[in-house]
Amino acid sequence: MLGARTLRTWAWLHKWTSLVCTVFMLLLCLTGLPLIFHHQLDHLLGNAVEAPELPAATPRVSIDRALEVARARWPGKAVQFASQEADDDRIWFITLSDTVDGPANLKQVAVDARTGQSLGEPPLDHGFMWVVLSLHVDLFAGLAGKLFLGFMGLLLLIAIVSGVVLYAPFMRKLQFGEVRRDRATRTKWLDLHNLLGIVTLTWAFVVGATGMINTWADLGFKYWQYDQMTALLAPYKGQPALTQPGPLQPAIDAALKAEPTMRVKFVAFPGTSFSSPHHYGVFMRGDEALTSRLLKPVLVDALSGRVTDRVELPWYLTALLVSQPLHFGDYGGVPMQILWALLDIVTIVVLGSGLYLWLARRTTAPLAEIEPRASGARA
Amino acid sequence: MNRGLAMWGWPVVLALLTAIGLLSALLGDGVWDAASWIALGIPTAVCLWFGWRGRRASKKET
Repeated sequence: MLGARTLRTWAWLHKWTSLVCTVFMLLLCLTGLPLIFHHQLDHLLGNAVEAPELPAATPRVSIDRALEVARARWPGKAVQFASQEADDDRIWFITLSDTVDGPANLKQVAVDARTGQSLGEPPLDHGFMWVVLSLHVDLFAGLAGKLFLGFMGLLLLIAIVSGVVLYAPFMRKLQFGEVRRDRATRTKWLDLHNLLGIVTLTWAFVVGATGMINTWADLGFKYWQYDQMTALLAPYKGQPALTQPGPLQPAIDAALKAEPTMRVKFVAFPGTSFSSPHHYGVFMRGDEALTSRLLKPVLVDALSGRVTDRVELPWYLTALLVSQPLHFGDYGGVPMQILWALLDIVTIVVLGSGLYLWLARRTTAPLAEIEPRASGARA
Repeated sequence: MNRGLAMWGWPVVLALLTAIGLLSALLGDGVWDAASWIALGIPTAVCLWFGWRGRRASKKET
């Protein structure tokens, strides 16, 4: 049993961690709601790229053809990435920027992998979904915004844990699920807050924790690149900087030969933050539920097209990749998306009722509901 | 009934169901996904059931 003083400490912790993060958590829950359905919404809003129906056995053109199309569309820009979606290898998404290592004026061109025709340009820096995503990920403030939201996530986790501790003294005289609807409005919302909070506890904790981990993704990949770079670049000592990488298709073919059971998820071009100045970083993925989420980088010399290194991702990046589906809720089909949305709405109710309980606090003495019982329990 | 069990029984069961629901679809497809829907669906249904009941009753009050 908790003593009255310990209880007051937990209550203080719950109040202040919640108060600081609630506004941001409400924003994250509201913007998260459309993001759960971003695939469907992209189609509805007409931003999704569709590959025309062709016989399944239609041969693929060289990816270098797709790169030509993208470079012709944006002459003067540098290609950073070429990627494919998990469930559709008929489209190459080519991402370009003003410089190979910067995020300025990102553009994307979708190219049909079978015909080499441009299929459109998914918007990367405007549109409704971009605004929603930016609000959710970094508040339009880049890495600083991400880390700030990550810290708010940490406060949420503390609020959840302290909330669980406080659940017991509030529930001493109540049955599970009991909501005192006949009492004051504040009492009713207190009971609902406790009930919905304790039921969604695990989901909210997991989504909060994985969201927080995701805010460290940029730093994690940066550190890993720094960690690997010395070894990767050792054989290139004294060689001139790469001005023009060689063709990409031979590099991809070499990577697929080295990892025949895997598929290409994306290719990072030489000089980007996912590769070295001398390599194509070909990031492969598996084919099963879990392995499709993981990445295996195969580094291919950008001039010779030969595989030079096959590396295992370090544990912290593997943890990051596994945590992503647990945050997005995109790994169990539409029913799971719907459950994610419902639990998101319940979390909004928990946050809103918590805020209301604080705003309405002056009408009842703080902690009046539990303190007599708590001190009685200690005696 | 034991008081700890009375207070923590349902929360623990629902927390375990949520954990199973979160993990199952991660580990496999098909039947694993379906197991996730059921295991995650129960806590969600509990929320909706009590939330809805609360709202209906408070409407009657006013």
